[in-house]
Amino acid sequence: MCTVCGCAETGDQGHAHHHEHAHSHEHEHDHSHAHPHDHEHTHPHHHGHSHSHGHVHAHAHAHAHSHDHDHDHDHDHDHAHSHSHYHDHAHSHSHAQVHGPAGRAGAEPSLDCGAGPAGVEVAGVSQRRLVEIETNILARNDAIAEGNRQRLEADGVLALNLVSSPGSGKTTLLVDTIRRLGAEGVAVIEGDQQTANDARRIRETGVPALQVNTGKGCHLDASMVERALPQVSPPGLGLLFIENVGNLVCPAGFDLGEDAKVVILSVTEGEDKPLKYPHMFAAASLMLLSKVDLAPHVDFDMDACEAYARRINPELEILRLSATSGEGMDAWLEWIDARREALRQRALARARQHLAMLEQR
Amino acid sequence: MHELSLCQSIVELIEEQASVQAFEKVTRVCLEIGALSCVEPEALAFGFDLSTRGSVAEGATLDIVNVPATAWCFGCNRTVDIAQRGDDCPLCSSARLHVTGGEELRVKELEVV
Repeated sequence: MCTVCGCAETGDQGHAHHHEHAHSHEHEHDHSHAHPHDHEHTHPHHHGHSHSHGHVHAHAHAHAHSHDHDHDHDHDHDHAHSHSHYHDHAHSHSHAQVHGPAGRAGAEPSLDCGAGPAGVEVAGVSQRRLVEIETNILARNDAIAEGNRQRLEADGVLALNLVSSPGSGKTTLLVDTIRRLGAEGVAVIEGDQQTANDARRIRETGVPALQVNTGKGCHLDASMVERALPQVSPPGLGLLFIENVGNLVCPAGFDLGEDAKVVILSVTEGEDKPLKYPHMFAAASLMLLSKVDLAPHVDFDMDACEAYARRINPELEILRLSATSGEGMDAWLEWIDARREALRQRALARARQHLAMLEQR
Repeated sequence: MHELSLCQSIVELIEEQASVQAFEKVTRVCLEIGALSCVEPEALAFGFDLSTRGSVAEGATLDIVNVPATAWCFGCNRTVDIAQRGDDCPLCSSARLHVTGGEELRVKELEVV
């Protein structure tokens, strides 16, 4: 962890405290909440302590929120806790180290919580210094994705990121969906490692499609979509399908700026895929259980599959359908419509807000 | 194998910091990787060596701090450790869990000269 004092080579050996402060509050009012707060305070002092304060407020109540705070502090420790804790740890953090970026003599210690990276040095001990970064590795992708999202939403374009294993029938389902919806206002971005076969199939429906070949890449990322958008952007209030690379692992981690991820699982696969590839099912808003016309011929327990998926993601919506028999296709189109309408309302509310701002004088 | 693209993001991030914070060489990179983050540390270490070549982080050691997966259990009203998504509460066996930690994918700190 630290070359200055040699403490804690890794987090495991370091001063990793996990405190569970359990507070019991009596409120005068009737309603109360259960907040699972998970505060993660990261202090960039030279000890490299990793404090994880799990404040558990236990109240009797009817609804429950789950907050996940990730505070990145750069501060002196001067805790004045006036809580009564169940445990009897007495923490008295009083760090006398010099906090502040190297090379800036006399710099004031920063109290800026969660701001950008801060340099840390223990003066006179080592020439090496530690630079706190505390940045999400995917921060750049996420920022580009957010730009895509704002751009799409401003135009009222619903973007759906279709993800599945290879061979689940994504393209067939997409072609059939477009036939039923009508080609107007629809555009498609096709992600595959190689070939333009899928984009060609989509274009046969009369819809503009751009093939993005990722080469060795196993997923689409936000910058690929950013670059594709000027070429295939559907008109206002349109619909953009982004067919991701067939892969149930990597695309889960990469936000493209879509409104929702739709995961497609066909009954010719294993019913336990939600358990085997939980990240994707956790990231998706809708699961399409497809090829259900084949269900009588294969050993696939649809109820068990749905139970597994909901176990991973209790909020996941699930529809059963078949592009071949047409079963369930109406419900899928209705889902898209509802999503489009919700997006349109959001865009409208924002536009009104913007207008009101401009009218103010 | 998206670990390689993660490594490229890490290098970009480090190069960006190198100009902002004025350092020329990174000797150690510390990452926080959550147990639910869908990342294979070994693949990450392999990709790291490849991706850092020719960058300010060439030859830097890679420290990976594993962050355990935690969830809020609605059954026993507390934070519990879990091994993976879909696990039941280890204390009360409730399936009503809300994942609260373990998805971290962060560059925590750099040791620079």
